[in-house]
Amino acid sequence: MGQTFSEKILGKRAGQKVKAGDIVVVSPDRILSHDNTAAIINEFRKLGISQVRDPEKLVIVLDHVVPASSEKYAQNHKIIREFVREQRVRNFFDINHGICHQVLSEHGLAAPGTIVIGADSHTTTYGAFGAFSVGVGRSEVASVWATDELWLRVPETIKINLEGQLPPWVYAKDIILKIIGDQGADKANYQAVEFSGPGAKALSLASRMVLCNMAAEMGAKNAYFHPDKKVFDFFQELGISDYEVVTSDEDAQYSEVINLNLDKLEPQVACPHTVDNVRPVSEVEGLPFHQALIGTCTNGRLEDLEVAAQILRGKKVHPQVRVLIIPASQKELLKALEKGLIKIFNESGCVVINPGCGPCLGAHQGVLAPGEVALSTANRNFRGRMGSRDSFIYLASPATVAASAIEGRIKDPRKCLL
Amino acid sequence: MKGKVWKYGDNVNTDVIFPGKYTYSPLTPEEMAQHALEDLDPEFARQVRPGDIIVAGRNFGCGSSREQAAICLKAAGVQAIIARSFARIFFRNAINQGLPVFVQEEVVAGLNQGDEVDLELEKGELVAGGKRWLLPPLPLMVLKIIKAGGLIPYTRQKLADSREDEKKRT
Repeated sequence: MGQTFSEKILGKRAGQKVKAGDIVVVSPDRILSHDNTAAIINEFRKLGISQVRDPEKLVIVLDHVVPASSEKYAQNHKIIREFVREQRVRNFFDINHGICHQVLSEHGLAAPGTIVIGADSHTTTYGAFGAFSVGVGRSEVASVWATDELWLRVPETIKINLEGQLPPWVYAKDIILKIIGDQGADKANYQAVEFSGPGAKALSLASRMVLCNMAAEMGAKNAYFHPDKKVFDFFQELGISDYEVVTSDEDAQYSEVINLNLDKLEPQVACPHTVDNVRPVSEVEGLPFHQALIGTCTNGRLEDLEVAAQILRGKKVHPQVRVLIIPASQKELLKALEKGLIKIFNESGCVVINPGCGPCLGAHQGVLAPGEVALSTANRNFRGRMGSRDSFIYLASPATVAASAIEGRIKDPRKCLL
Repeated sequence: MKGKVWKYGDNVNTDVIFPGKYTYSPLTPEEMAQHALEDLDPEFARQVRPGDIIVAGRNFGCGSSREQAAICLKAAGVQAIIARSFARIFFRNAINQGLPVFVQEEVVAGLNQGDEVDLELEKGELVAGGKRWLLPPLPLMVLKIIKAGGLIPYTRQKLADSREDEKKRT
């Protein structure tokens, strides 16, 4: 009987043949942390050792509150910078880089067939490159820094077959919102999700990252796309070739196979306060809102900014709506700048903010007041997530958010006459 | 140990358990406890007592990987959480903080907000209103971590033991 990607890679790394449900101990290739590194350092100091076992594996990115918005956050960053120097962590990315998942990806630190663990739930993102990537907590990261090993339960895998082709103005974000809405926020709890089929193959790497990123919102432990030429070309451009691709066998056993035809997919919107409260855009059209956010680790890449700029070009955002644009990284910002997108955003009345997590988790740069409504390209709409517990968050694609920003109300992007 | 039930529904996420705006401030566990479940039930932090348990529906702890969600509940005195299911990172975090978590459907169906319960963790037994429930036994690895008081003390001991072994060998 064949094996899934997750069974194969965990078995290979644990040095034994495994099947879903087994517990294995593995040594990860990369260990990611962000602003929470200070809290991890605090735990690490309690372990009675002074040196991280393998500092080459650590990837530390400051992204959650950058630049520091208060003395407390500044102190937090200072502790991290000192630790990075002390432990000689080479893969440290200070506030001038971007969101951890984008930065780690664009530096090629999540190659096919590698294992990445991260103290962040959206660590699932690197499945887009054929890596096994999984989120854990802080104590766990501190412990792995010290021991270089982690126990994992080999997950069962749900296969999601994407058939057909996306219609115009419908995107990866709509696919994953549709899946989460249909299947529920705990559908893939403890399990892996494998995206396959012609609809998956057709997606760009940036779009695959959207699906893998948000697989976390259906409870998935990790996500996976079969690496193809797009992935190989991406790593070749970075000059990285020392990786071994791991793929699911043809006859692998899946816990479930879900089929989704993309041909007739509509733009989707997740309504407050859960990500699985999803409606087609037609059902929420006309809803007024106060703030739009285009960015985050889900939808802050060039292809997202391009779509938004295409819609906003030559138009003005609605006077009662504040529109925040936050590119996912400095690299994506530079590309957007060179293509003239930033000028378009500026002229249409958007506020362009430095790359980082921004207000997505309610820490700074545009938090919501009681009663306010946000329309965002982020991955979460939990109560209080972006500020007041009495505010409301709707999630949609960059196209839907941009079209709605002009209207001041939620709008179907397919109605944009271009 | 005796306590009271705090009952919640499905998909209690980590943002309502411990809001993101506090996540990157270095707070003590006791300070974190003051914000526990703030955005879901502001009464909780004010009235929770040591020994109380949380009983919840599906997917408890979904969302962010923030470990404070487990830390703040433990520091608030929560003895255990019993739910229909847990989100996987929260499940690991709770164990890593030495906070026992159980999946037991019948307990969730049978207990209500404010019920008085007596939980004997060692025996895996819960008594409430004259009824007795058995909790599923925890895997050995998990028990070891909980007994040690969490993953950090557990790893600390493991590292000390391996240094000791090393010394004996040389």
